[in-house]
Amino acid sequence: MSNTITSPVYVVQDNIDTDQIIPAQYLTLVPTIAEEYEKLGSYAMIGLPDDAYPTKFIPAGEMKTPYKIVIAGRNFGCGSSREHAPIAMGAAGVEAVVADSFARIFFRNCVATGELYPYDANERLCAKIKTGDVATLDFDADTLTVNGTTYSLKPLGEVRPVIDAGGIFNYARKSGMIPAHS
Amino acid sequence: MTLTEKVLARASGKAHVQAGENVWVNVDVLMTHDVCGPGTIGVFKREFGKAAKVWDPKKLVIIPDHYIFTADSMSNRNVDILREFAREQGLPYFYDVIDDPNGHWKFDTEQGQLKKQYGKSYTGVCHTTLPWKGHTRPGEVLFGTDSHTCMAGAFNEFATGIGNTDAGFILGTGKLLVKVPETMRFFLEGELPAGVMAKDVILHVIGDIGFDGATYRAMQWEGPGVYGMSMDDRMTIANMAIEAGGKNGIFPFDEKTDAYVKDRVQENGTKSTFEPAEIDQDQKFIYDKVFDLSKLEPTVACHPDPGQRKTAKELAGVSLDRAYIGSCTGGKTSDFLAFARVVKGKSVKIDTFGVPATTKVVQELKDTQWDGQSVWNILESAGVRMTENASCAACLGGPVDTFGRMNTPLKCISATNRNFPGRMGHKESQVFLASPYTVAASALTGKITDPREFIG
Ligand code: SF4
Repeated sequence: MSNTITSPVYVVQDNIDTDQIIPAQYLTLVPTIAEEYEKLGSYAMIGLPDDAYPTKFIPAGEMKTPYKIVIAGRNFGCGSSREHAPIAMGAAGVEAVVADSFARIFFRNCVATGELYPYDANERLCAKIKTGDVATLDFDADTLTVNGTTYSLKPLGEVRPVIDAGGIFNYARKSGMIPAHS
Repeated sequence: MTLTEKVLARASGKAHVQAGENVWVNVDVLMTHDVCGPGTIGVFKREFGKAAKVWDPKKLVIIPDHYIFTADSMSNRNVDILREFAREQGLPYFYDVIDDPNGHWKFDTEQGQLKKQYGKSYTGVCHTTLPWKGHTRPGEVLFGTDSHTCMAGAFNEFATGIGNTDAGFILGTGKLLVKVPETMRFFLEGELPAGVMAKDVILHVIGDIGFDGATYRAMQWEGPGVYGMSMDDRMTIANMAIEAGGKNGIFPFDEKTDAYVKDRVQENGTKSTFEPAEIDQDQKFIYDKVFDLSKLEPTVACHPDPGQRKTAKELAGVSLDRAYIGSCTGGKTSDFLAFARVVKGKSVKIDTFGVPATTKVVQELKDTQWDGQSVWNILESAGVRMTENASCAACLGGPVDTFGRMNTPLKCISATNRNFPGRMGHKESQVFLASPYTVAASALTGKITDPREFIG
């Protein structure tokens, strides 16, 4: 498996809360039901204010986003604990979020579900990068390269193997913490 | 050790833990609701098998409360999923909307939003239900699939919000891996002046540290100011730890905690033993600050986040379209009594919605008489649209037909806890968070108003 992804990025600013990532009226969808999972994905980031974010995260009529990498400012994923938030992003096709900082429950939900890699940036990338710029994220080197510049990211550390395994259950089984599926 | 460290040490079977350590803790209570319950159950079945049994039925509490009084069929279905699971697992603590364990829940729009549409076991908002029904005990560990689970920290326990996957893990194992948070201490001195409430304290503090100022941390409340507060006030403050990014909020144990908890566990026949966490002489804090309550003023958090602090006075004259009182934070009986004190004998000028947090609050407001009139009537006579259908309602927007939801870009002053864009419905609407006093005074004038103009 290649340890890099290259994709156009979607850039958001500070304090994007989970109501903006997936507004409350879509929480009736149950993520463990396959078709409702897909549907959740199609509503990812739909709560962002239109004037601040004129580019749609998911193009009209599509179920998925062309942006596999999201760049964010401080406190990404604050607010409600809904796991629907990282799941909606993952279901939409996002693989990683690179933010100045994350809200705790969102970060934890990314790891528990294995849906997204939550990377902490070392500098304020949301001020330097624009939506649509193409970036390469290198999971082994912990770098993001965009417009010819390579930015170092804080290593994922102990959460990386959990996300690699696909979330805490797979990880707990692999490491013998809970018994394997019968 | 700090209070949080003490509780986590005990729950993990260790003599000592410190901030930064990862420990497996035994879970005393897991709470879930209609929004995250079906997904949690889905995770549990996927991972532990269709025939799996939950680790301890008595430690699981399921409270439908979010999207109940709506014609949205998916929401109604989600309550049915909970009922089926409760039946299959033989759960003693499922506070169902209807009384028939084999029935289906369907909201009847014909009857309208205001008149009660629930059976005997229904309670209302989860965080307010937990203490009422005797599920909060000092020294315990409580997880819930809801970010405001931190409210139970008022009862001297470690309580925090988690996602469905972590909750599914607990359902199967009764354990969870947690990182011991660093603790910030907020030392309260003095007494609150007239017209200033617990809500103002927490809005003031969040404004002070910033609304990500407690990220990953525990917020520990201490000092004489704390002991002067009622349990309701402590709940209001603990509830909003998450609005500063906090992992949990925690209060010391005193006679008030003891009396409240003993009363509730006895009334409900829930587990009656507990071991409070006492304050150590030797505690390490990453932040330690004294707040003088007597200096606080009615405080408002402006759109678009709970850290946008101003005083009500500074905002005087900002015009509003709507007022709202309700939620776990602001829909308790004491909140409605404060509100009623201000509006009694007067009329609100803007659309004003009242949603009691629990069915018990509905009952108490009807039973409490002031000058021969029930508080419920006093509120209705002042023009407040009171619903008997206790629930989260428009606190988090919800389906479009939700009572009090903003479906157009309005400006609302609200006794709830969160005001991110779109939180109460329309994504261009604006929400100002304030105390029940300030919401009441503002409802009377149609503008943001310092309630001390109405309270002598
Ligand atoms: S009342 Fe509001 S904050 Fe409280 S649990 Fe319900 S939605 Fe959450």
